Amino acid sequence: MGWKRIATGYGFWIFILSDMVMFSAFFATYAVLLGQTAGGPSGRELFDLRNVAIETAFLLASSFTCGLASIAADTRSTIWFQLGLAVTCVFGLGFLTIEGREFASLVARGAGPTRSAFLSAFFTLVGCHGLHVSAGILWLLTMMAQVFAKGFRPDILRRILCFALFWHALDIIWIAVFTVVYLIGSAA
Amino acid sequence: MLGKLGWSVIPFDQPIPLFVGAVVLVVILGVIAWVIVAGHFPYLWREWITSVDHKRIGVMYTLLAMVMLLRGFSDAIMMRAQQAIAYHSNGYLPPEHFNQIFSAHGTIMIFFVGMPFVIGLMNLVVPLQLGVRDVAFPTLNSVGFWLTATGALLVNISLVVGEFARTGWLPYPPLSELTYSPGVGVDYYLWSLEISGVGTLVAGINLVTTVLKLRTKGMTYLRMPMFCWTTLASNLLIVAAFPILTATLAMLILDRNFGFHFFTNEAGGNVMMFMNLIWAWGHPEVYILVLPAFGIFSEVVSTFSCKPLFGYRSMVLATMAICLISFMVWLHHFFTMGAGPDVNAIFGIASMIIAVPTGVKIYNWLFTMYGGRIRFATPMMWSIGFMVTFIIGGLTGVLVAVPPADFLLHNSLFLVAHFHNVIIGGVLFGAFAGYNYWFPKAFGFRLHEGLGKAAFWFWLSGFYFAFMPLYALGFLGMTRRMQHYDVAQWRPWLIAAAFGAILILIGIIFQVAQLVVSIRRRAELRDRTGDPWDGRSLEWATASPPPAFNFAISPNVTGVDAYWAIKAHAKQQDLEKREPDYADIEMPRNSPTGFVCAFFATVMGFALIWHIWWMVAVGGVGAFATFVAFAWRDHDEYVIPAAEVARIDRAIIAERRALLGLAGSP
Repeated sequence: MGWKRIATGYGFWIFILSDMVMFSAFFATYAVLLGQTAGGPSGRELFDLRNVAIETAFLLASSFTCGLASIAADTRSTIWFQLGLAVTCVFGLGFLTIEGREFASLVARGAGPTRSAFLSAFFTLVGCHGLHVSAGILWLLTMMAQVFAKGFRPDILRRILCFALFWHALDIIWIAVFTVVYLIGSAA
Repeated sequence: MLGKLGWSVIPFDQPIPLFVGAVVLVVILGVIAWVIVAGHFPYLWREWITSVDHKRIGVMYTLLAMVMLLRGFSDAIMMRAQQAIAYHSNGYLPPEHFNQIFSAHGTIMIFFVGMPFVIGLMNLVVPLQLGVRDVAFPTLNSVGFWLTATGALLVNISLVVGEFARTGWLPYPPLSELTYSPGVGVDYYLWSLEISGVGTLVAGINLVTTVLKLRTKGMTYLRMPMFCWTTLASNLLIVAAFPILTATLAMLILDRNFGFHFFTNEAGGNVMMFMNLIWAWGHPEVYILVLPAFGIFSEVVSTFSCKPLFGYRSMVLATMAICLISFMVWLHHFFTMGAGPDVNAIFGIASMIIAVPTGVKIYNWLFTMYGGRIRFATPMMWSIGFMVTFIIGGLTGVLVAVPPADFLLHNSLFLVAHFHNVIIGGVLFGAFAGYNYWFPKAFGFRLHEGLGKAAFWFWLSGFYFAFMPLYALGFLGMTRRMQHYDVAQWRPWLIAAAFGAILILIGIIFQVAQLVVSIRRRAELRDRTGDPWDGRSLEWATASPPPAFNFAISPNVTGVDAYWAIKAHAKQQDLEKREPDYADIEMPRNSPTGFVCAFFATVMGFALIWHIWWMVAVGGVGAFATFVAFAWRDHDEYVIPAAEVARIDRAIIAERRALLGLAGSP
C-alpha cells in the first residue's frame, strides 16, 4: 500500500502548509500591532531571553528525540519508539511549563492580553503555537497508546509519519516566533 | 449551568422567525418521524450518513446546498418585499430583524449554498473524471461534509434560539465588537463559520491530494478534464485562504469573549487590519466559488457542442493565472478606506488584470461553440445564460475596479448588483448546469428537460428583473442594506426588483417540480448507457449510477477527452471484446466518525456561543474520543470479490455495446 503512505504524507504536508498560512496571519497581525502598546509595557521590558533560550533548547531537543522515535518506528523497535516519544513528551511538557509560567507572570505583572493590542497579538501568536504543542502532546500520547495496543500497523505507521511532520513543523514555527517575537522584540 | 441561555432568548415577541422556526421544526421532526416509522433509518444510516463514498458525500453536499438555497432565498424575497413597500413607512420588518435577514442571507448563500454546491459537485465528479475509485481521504471527506452541515445547523438554530448577527455577511468591527453587538448573533456567525471552515479546509486538502496524487494510468496533468484543473485551482485557494479566515475570526472571538484588543477602538486595536485580513481570504473565496463553475461550463459547452474544448492549454493557463492573481486584488474591496492613491492604483490595475484570463475563458467557450453541433439541453442553456450574464457582471466589476468610480459606487446598490451578477450568473448558474448535467450520473435517470428549461427561463428573466434595477438604483445614490427610505425615484426600481424576485421564486418552484416529476417518471428517464449526453470524459465511461468501486478496471488514458477516444476506438476496431482480468477490489469501509464528530462539534459550538463551559468540554472530549475510536478500529477496508466485480462490469458492458452498436457479447 505504498500509494497510501505517499498520499497521506502529501495530504498532511498540505495541511501543514495551510497551518503555516494561519500562523502567517497571526505573524502579520503581530507585526502590525507591535507598536500599539497603549501606554503599557513593550517587548523589551517584558521578554526574558534566558527563558526563551531554554524553551528553544527543549523544543529542538524534543524534535531530535522525535526523529529518533521515527527511526525506531522504521526499524519496528517498540522500546526505542516508546522511549523516544516519552522523552519527546517530557521536553514538550517542559516547554509548555516554561511558557505557562511566562504567561502567568506577565498576567500577574498587569501585562495580560487585555492590556494592549500588542499584548493581545503576542499572547495569541505565542499561545497558538503553545496550543499546537499541547495538541501535539495529546496526539503523541495517543500514538504511544496505539503502538502499545496495536503495534506497528501500516495505518499507525502513517499516523506516526504525520505526527513527526507536525512536530517538526512546530519547531520551524517556533524558530520564526523566536526570531520575530523575542529577538526583534527584545531589541526594539 | 446553562450560561447565557434562558427562556428570554426565544423571540416570543417576533412572530415571523418564531412561526418560521416552528414550521421548520415541525417539518424536520415530521421527516425524522416518517423515516423512523417507515423503517428507512437503518438504510439511511448504512448507505448515506456513515457513507465514505465520494459520490454519496457529493450528493449530500449538493442536497444541503439546495435546502439552504431555499432558506437563503426566503431571506432574499423578504428583503425585496420590505424594500418594495418601505417607502415613507417602516414596512413589515423591524430594523433589527431586517439587519439579521441580510446578514443571514449573505452568510448562508456564500458558505452554505455556494460552497457545498461546488464542493458537492467536485466530490461527485472529480474522482470519476480522474478514473479513480475514491478520493484520497474518504473518512475525512465525510468529516468535512458533516462539519459543514454543523455550521448550517447552527446558523438555523439562531432563528429561534437567540438571534443572528446584524453586522452583514462579513462582521466588520467595531460594529461586531461586544460594545456594539452585545448579543449572541455575532457569536453564532463566528462559531458556525469556524466549524464549517474546518470542514471546508478538510475538503480542500482532500481534493488537492486527490487531483495531484490519485490519477489513473496515463492521466497526465495536461490530459485532465478542465473541471479537474479548476477543482485543483479552487482547492489550492481553499488551502491557502481559509486558514486566514479561521485566524481572523479567531481574533474577533478573542476580542468578544476575552477582552482582547485586535480590532477594538481602544488600547491600540486596528480596525483596518480586519478589513485586510478578511478580504485576503474573501477575494480568493469568490474564485474558490467561481472556478469550479468555470470548469463545469467547460465540460458542458464542449459536450453539447460535440467538440473538444477550444484552447485547452490556454484555459489551464488562465485558470492557474486566476488562482495566483486572486491573492493580489483584495484591497479593491475597500478603496474608500484610506489606503491612498498609489496603493489604490496598484490594486485597481491588478483587479483589471484578473479580468484578462477570465476574458480568455469566455472566448474559449465561444470558440468551442463556433462550428459545433450545438444541442440546447438544459445544462447548455444555463451555460449560455451564464456567458451573457457573466460578461455584464464582469464589465461592471471592471468599472468598480477603477478607484475614482468606486468612490461613487462603494456600498451602493450598484455593488450589490455587481456581485449578485457574478455570483448568481457565474456560480449559481454553473451549479445548476452541473446539477442538470451530472444528475443522471449520480442517480441513473435524467432530470425532466421541459421543466428544467422553464426553471432556466424564469431564473434568467427573474435575475435581470431583480438586479438590473439595482444598477440604476446605485447610480441614483441608494446605499445597500436600507430598511426604509423616502426617495420617490427609487420606488419603481425596487418594485421591479421585487417582481424579479417573484420570477426567481417561480423558477425555484419549477426546479422543485422538476425534481419531483423526474423522480416519479424515473423509469422513462432512465439512463441505461451511463452516457446520456454523449460525453467526453471518464465519468461517462462507467454506469449510472456508478458501482461503489467506480471502475472495474482502471481506465488507461491516452489523450484529452479520454472517454471520447475510447468510444471512437471501440467503434473503429470493434474492440472491447476481450474480457479483462478482473481482480478483487478493496474499498474503504463506512464509518460514523464524521457524523458523530459533527454531533459533538454542534454541541461544542452551541455551548461556546452560550458560554456553557461544561458542555464545551463534553463536546471537545467527545470529538477527540470519536477520532481515537476511529483510529482504533482493526478493519478499515472491505473486499469486493473479483466474481462480483465481473458480474457488475459485464452488465455495464452489455449496455455499452448496445449503445455503440456492437454486436455479440464477449
